[in-house]
Amino acid sequence: MNLLLASSAAALLIAIVLMLIRTLLGPTLYDRVLAVNSFGTMTVLLLGLLGFAMGRPDFLDIALLYSLINFVSTIAILKFFRYRSFQVSLSRRVPAPKEGS
Amino acid sequence: METVAVSDMGLALANIILLTILFVVGIAIARLRSLFAIVMLSGVYSLVSATWFVMLDAVDVAFTEAAVGAGLSTALLLGGMLLTSRTAKAEKPFARLAPFIVVLATGAILIYASVDLPALGDPDSPVNTGVGREYLERHYGEMGFPNVVTSILASYRGFDTLGETAVVFTAGLAVALLLGFGERSLAESIRKGGRK
Repeated sequence: MNLLLASSAAALLIAIVLMLIRTLLGPTLYDRVLAVNSFGTMTVLLLGLLGFAMGRPDFLDIALLYSLINFVSTIAILKFFRYRSFQVSLSRRVPAPKEGS
Repeated sequence: METVAVSDMGLALANIILLTILFVVGIAIARLRSLFAIVMLSGVYSLVSATWFVMLDAVDVAFTEAAVGAGLSTALLLGGMLLTSRTAKAEKPFARLAPFIVVLATGAILIYASVDLPALGDPDSPVNTGVGREYLERHYGEMGFPNVVTSILASYRGFDTLGETAVVFTAGLAVALLLGFGERSLAESIRKGGRK
């Protein structure tokens, strides 16, 4: 059991370091967005693992909150790239803003 | 006894790894020039430090850090980037010397102060000898929350928390009223002015 927890924690930490390297080097912005999103997923998994390793399974609540925040912030970042603004409804297509108005 | 030592070793190792990641991210934020990468890295920094707070058993601080640091401030920084430029200006070679000295001095003072702190979980520390012990003994029977910080903040000091929430909400409302939204708002005119 302990070996299982330790080996999965080690695998997660390696994955986190790889994601960190991609975030630091990432040539394009989308590499970085994707790396940060995966980094958040790794953090969620690490928190769940920590909860069971420390004998506190209620850490899963925090992991759940992290995954929600991760999703919302990724959507916000991608929306920012698509529309250059946060004040755009996602449900309908809007024409591109006119220049120089 | 041996398992306790092993799990302590594991916790110490995880602490060291998380703090190393924080250090690397901090150095990278200071060195990078692309503002977008800096915003992304600050989100990473918040996530890692929130994980570290969870490991230190400061669950409520971790909640706040994750919600504000990783969620809200990333969006706010992106919005700020929208109003300004995409890259930071290159600095003169010695322009960062004075801030570096200030940071070093602050760090030295903090390390000097941390020497006098009681050990983590010390039963004789002032935190554990005053009313804290009373709360620890009575909160579960009276409130029924597993986390003592939650029962203090949400129940014993419920009105205080309600007042704080009202103050923060009022401040946010005032900022929203001043800046406004839509075509004729101040934020829009700043954005248009910045684009020309």
